[in-house]
Amino acid sequence: MTDESANQGIPAPEGASDIIETDYEIGQDNIETKIGPFGLDIHNPVFLISGISIVLFVFYTLALPEQAGGVFTWLFNFVTQQFDWFFLSAGNIFVLFCLLLIVTPVGKVRLGGAAATPDYGYAGWFAMLFAAGMGIGLMFYGVSEPMSHFGTSLGGIAVGEDGMRTDWAPLGGAEGDVEAAERLAFAATIFHWGLHPWAIYAVVALALALFTYNKGLPLTIRSAFYPILGDRVWGWWGHLIDTLAVFATLFGLATSLGFGATQANAGLNELFGIPVGPTTEVLLISGITAIALISVLRGLDGGVKILSEINMGLAFVLLLFVLLVGPTVAILTGFVEYLGAYLQYLPALANPIGREDVNFEQGWTSFYWAWWISWSPFVGMFIARVSRGRTVREFIICVLLIPSLVCVLWMSVFGGAAVEQVVADGYTAAQDAPLELKLFKMLAELPLAGLTSLIGIILVIVFFVTSSDSGSLVIDTITAGGKVDAPVPQRVFWCIFEGAVAIVLLLSAGGLASLQSMVISTGLPFTIVLLIMCWAIWRGLRAERNA
Amino acid sequence: MFTHIMVPVDLAHTGALERALAVSADLAKQHGATVTYVAVHAATPGAVAHTPEEFSEKLAAFAAGQGSAHGVTAQSHDVVSHDPSVDLDDKLMAAADEIGADLIVMASHVPGLADHLWPSNGGKIARHFKRSVFVVRGE
Repeated sequence: MTDESANQGIPAPEGASDIIETDYEIGQDNIETKIGPFGLDIHNPVFLISGISIVLFVFYTLALPEQAGGVFTWLFNFVTQQFDWFFLSAGNIFVLFCLLLIVTPVGKVRLGGAAATPDYGYAGWFAMLFAAGMGIGLMFYGVSEPMSHFGTSLGGIAVGEDGMRTDWAPLGGAEGDVEAAERLAFAATIFHWGLHPWAIYAVVALALALFTYNKGLPLTIRSAFYPILGDRVWGWWGHLIDTLAVFATLFGLATSLGFGATQANAGLNELFGIPVGPTTEVLLISGITAIALISVLRGLDGGVKILSEINMGLAFVLLLFVLLVGPTVAILTGFVEYLGAYLQYLPALANPIGREDVNFEQGWTSFYWAWWISWSPFVGMFIARVSRGRTVREFIICVLLIPSLVCVLWMSVFGGAAVEQVVADGYTAAQDAPLELKLFKMLAELPLAGLTSLIGIILVIVFFVTSSDSGSLVIDTITAGGKVDAPVPQRVFWCIFEGAVAIVLLLSAGGLASLQSMVISTGLPFTIVLLIMCWAIWRGLRAERNA
Repeated sequence: MFTHIMVPVDLAHTGALERALAVSADLAKQHGATVTYVAVHAATPGAVAHTPEEFSEKLAAFAAGQGSAHGVTAQSHDVVSHDPSVDLDDKLMAAADEIGADLIVMASHVPGLADHLWPSNGGKIARHFKRSVFVVRGE
């Protein structure tokens, strides 16, 4: 151990943790300066490169919309169609790796050292990781995805002239068999929202938490690469990794904020007749950004945590309502049956090679995997930020198994109620409605539709606020070289920047869609990153056990 | 008049604290008070330390150094915060209550335009803390 007083950056191992020794001092590359009256503490060059390249990309998309659209769509198709086997295989590896961590002795390792105590209680912790992970997706896909698979499964297989399947049914479909189609539809939906996405998040979050809390490296994506790149992570390799993460996070947030605004607008139109158009959408984005700003200014505990808890409470109330007022028995038996169907179809759905259901496998599964992976730096880093003090076993159980079960429950209740409406009552409004309205059409069949739809819209908006807020925190931390105590104006900047990018893209034709394609394409390089992370986690945990 | 003086410190920017440190030591000697150096930090690795334990040790060492340099009774107290940028003022005031400080001596910058949007930590504490606060500004 080097003399501590000589160099502040040399870590001191405390308790049973295996700190990595490096001469890098956190914040050594940072610039502390003032722009106008505002103090800044930013990483050089990650902050500037990320900011400038984001602006350039927005300009490119605006100046040459057709060319940009073409390039990004091509890239997206190339990635999800050529590398489907790679995404599916990697997804399976992540799930198996996480399950392995639960049962092996390394599961005892505690994040933050043997003596660390959890930063957050179970309720607040779980609410935050769930809200960051997929809250918003569940609002939109809870009804629509099971219905979609149900319809295609029921339709059965269709083969084109070239011998390739032209239908979108999962696996072999279930032509004309309502019960089998229902089981297959829910198995496929749960497959996309269950173990696999959460394993992706768990890997990234665990890597970051381990290298930050136990190894003493800064809380940025590059730290997880230390076992491979060594001190080179503090140079251009690390700048590249961090910039890519900022890029994916900001564009991911901005595009979903843009799409979310269009969808919330449709919902408001359905309920209150508020006109659909750019004015309302810009107002919605501004409103969401403004609430996010207040939340950002209130900090992690006073902002994101409280909002996440409120939203989880509201979501639970809505879930309970649909469960009790809707077809209760059908939903409850459905929950057990769908879970069984998931386990039954899992090997076939997760099979990466020789698939005949190409449309489903590439258009749904491969797309989803790329999507989850492109979100993983953001969600993983946020989960890492709030998970100090948990053991690895506890961490994996709470980040992988419990959220998966909650997703099964959610899909069974919302999707189950909607499918039951079609099957039992012949009510097809939800089936026929566009994506953003399916939830509201389903609720319209139940009592108190006005109130529940309003709760639905509030949920959508607050989930966007928590995403925007936690995203700003993550980007700020990465662009401050891993410092979580950088001046507040910086995170305010990122929060506003994100809203502004969303508005600009929204107002340009096709801007949102083409940039979203680009974001999802970043899933490919990040998949390799995640595979490396698994190895790094394993090595890191082994060293920790021997510490 | 004062028995326990609390001095908030930022170990990453000790240079900016010189005047506040000198003032607090003078007051402590004059009133025979104890000085407690308090720092708020996150559990994540930062510029000062890689673990919360390492941070506590560095703060204790800093306090001991101040104590012997100025000839006052010095203690240290550190507070772990989830989000130090935002929670700083509240955590500091809570710490002052916890250790029973009757005076806070803290460094602050000269107020400027930005203070209308983000009041300085010293300014906010002077406004909200129930006991005495001595805000020591720049030059």
